Amino acid sequence: MNFNLKSVFFVVIFLAACTPKIENKNAQTETKSPVKIGLVLDKGGKDDKSFNAAAFKGASQASKDLGIELKTIESPDDSAYEPAMRTLAERGYNLVITVGFSQADALKKISPQFPKTHFAIVDSFVDVPNVASLLFSEHEGSFLVGYIAGLKSKSGVIGFVGGMEVDLIKRFELGYREGVAYANSKAKVISNYAGVTSEAWMNPTKGKELALSQISQGADIIFTAAGATNTGVFDAVEEKHKLAIGVDSNQNWVKPGFILTSMLKRVDLAVYDIIKAENSGHFVWGNKYFGLADKGVDYALDQYNDSLIPQDLRKKIENVRAEILTNKIKVSDYYETRKLCPNSPFKCDRSQRHTGPSERTTQ
Amino acid sequence: MGKAVSTVFSVVLGILCCLAMSSLLGESPLRVLYILINGSFGSLSAVGYTLFYTTPLIFTGLSVALAFHCGLFNIGGEGQLYMGALALTAIGIMAPELDIFSAPLLGIGAAMIGGGIWGGVAGWLKTYRGSHEVIVTIMLNFLSYAICGYSILHIFKNPNSQSPESAEIGNSYLIGGFGEISRISPLNLSFVLALFVAFGVWFLLFKTVWGYEMRLVGSKPETARRAGIKVRIRVIEAMVLSGSLSGLVAVNEIMGFSHKFRDQFSGGYGFIGIAVALLGRSKPLGVIFAALLFGAIQKGSLELEIDTEKITRDLAGVMQAFIILFVASEAYWIKWGRALKNKLVRA
Repeated sequence: MNFNLKSVFFVVIFLAACTPKIENKNAQTETKSPVKIGLVLDKGGKDDKSFNAAAFKGASQASKDLGIELKTIESPDDSAYEPAMRTLAERGYNLVITVGFSQADALKKISPQFPKTHFAIVDSFVDVPNVASLLFSEHEGSFLVGYIAGLKSKSGVIGFVGGMEVDLIKRFELGYREGVAYANSKAKVISNYAGVTSEAWMNPTKGKELALSQISQGADIIFTAAGATNTGVFDAVEEKHKLAIGVDSNQNWVKPGFILTSMLKRVDLAVYDIIKAENSGHFVWGNKYFGLADKGVDYALDQYNDSLIPQDLRKKIENVRAEILTNKIKVSDYYETRKLCPNSPFKCDRSQRHTGPSERTTQ
Repeated sequence: MGKAVSTVFSVVLGILCCLAMSSLLGESPLRVLYILINGSFGSLSAVGYTLFYTTPLIFTGLSVALAFHCGLFNIGGEGQLYMGALALTAIGIMAPELDIFSAPLLGIGAAMIGGGIWGGVAGWLKTYRGSHEVIVTIMLNFLSYAICGYSILHIFKNPNSQSPESAEIGNSYLIGGFGEISRISPLNLSFVLALFVAFGVWFLLFKTVWGYEMRLVGSKPETARRAGIKVRIRVIEAMVLSGSLSGLVAVNEIMGFSHKFRDQFSGGYGFIGIAVALLGRSKPLGVIFAALLFGAIQKGSLELEIDTEKITRDLAGVMQAFIILFVASEAYWIKWGRALKNKLVRA
């Protein structure tokens, strides 16, 4: 038996001996030190093919184009945000970008302690003079894809699968419902959420379950705004030969032919812009809005869904886009309607528009 | 002493293996070790975070250790700490206007009672219904997740936040820290509480008749029964105490740090507590050091993610696993070591 013990020791010593030498890190610092950017992703991680993936894409693109130094940190749980932000700030990172509203609390605590470090947060608002809040008009983009779904649906039943049941996702849902109703006032929207905790962002099994149940109720197009849970919805529509609408990133490629389009939320663009601003010394704190006008939200059109969206439909979509931009169509913003009509934010009809019969279930 | 030495040896061996693995990924093991140590003890804020992570592990480690002395394997620390947190949150929200002396005591009491009840349920089921405590505590964990999830999202919901969390507890419940280090890290007085509690558990187990009876129930149940010790009562008491120790995690998290019940805040403290108790040989002092080691690994591994190209914080899990593996297989190491020694002596 002692032979085993010895051999383990030898393996350990051998491995320790054949390690590469510590690289000379000074080589880099001799030239002008590049701007250092830290990116703190939320639970979904950079492979969620959606929200975090978009942020990561924007940041890596910026690092390629601008020669900045980028460090990405994935957080396994909510308590990891705070030390990650602090460490990055302590290390002299110039800009720390935090992705997702769940990081807002930690950022509120950390950002005042490092007034010289710049911070940015996607999807939330933190009122500290070194934090840029990057916000999107999700309701406008959702209206657009809702309109497409309303026109494309044959059954007149349309699904919505949300991730965590929070105001942000309800904002998607409300815009989507209005888009559907604008296209087809008789269409019915079925809505479900994957959960009420942050686990809901990464539960593809639940996503698939919800989508299959909606399909069995007649839905033929399902819009899914649920982070990594989306993949379950995509599996379901592939299995049943229906259509899904992706979210955040362009997800058309994930299941070609089964994804009608994606509601683009250009987190990549926002992240890229803020890094560019930091790099050129023009970082500005405060709220930055990305909407339909500057293509911060949009619908995705590429080779994967080229055949799904015919030319005449594209024209109609562009008309609707123009109408939204010129305020002919006013898309309700859940953040406002929940204040105006706290009891029924989904039926807060200020305009005369008919929203159509709708059904809401929560699981 | 011999046991302590062999445990330290196992820990060192575990760390060495982990470092060897990191060298396979192309990172110098010495540099990894340096980053880990520097990341966990290199600055004031690093020490603060390390001790902040250590605190809950002391509580859950003691919880598992105490149950273990009574012959019980409490895997329900996770559920018990959530129930403690729920009780604390409920008190903190429903009675926010207490004075600053009674509020913290009430909060600590609520956390212990919440966890204690949850542990007691498992103890009662074991003694009077014959259900094995391992199964029961595991299943009670899931019950507790569900109850807490429902309560914080529907009863104590924070209306101003999109995150799944409760409203904030009253200000008088908040416990402070130690000046500068608590300003730049979440370290708070719960750490001191943890040390006191560790002393208390040691005193209870090894210096009182009650503790002796509990340990006797654990090691020789039949002897204990014939000696007239109320075995069933001791088992239930041990589970209640074990649960209330886990419940104290809530004091660190809620009263000391976030001031609200954030859903899933624990991230497995109850389970790591098992490893901590094992590594600490179920002795309170050992638990403190084991918790410190695990806390340091947890903090240090974050720096690894920032300072190296290829290693992520998952290395913390790998390192903990290696350490547990070596500690658990210690009997073999000792046997091999003796055989080696004998052979050398003969030669």
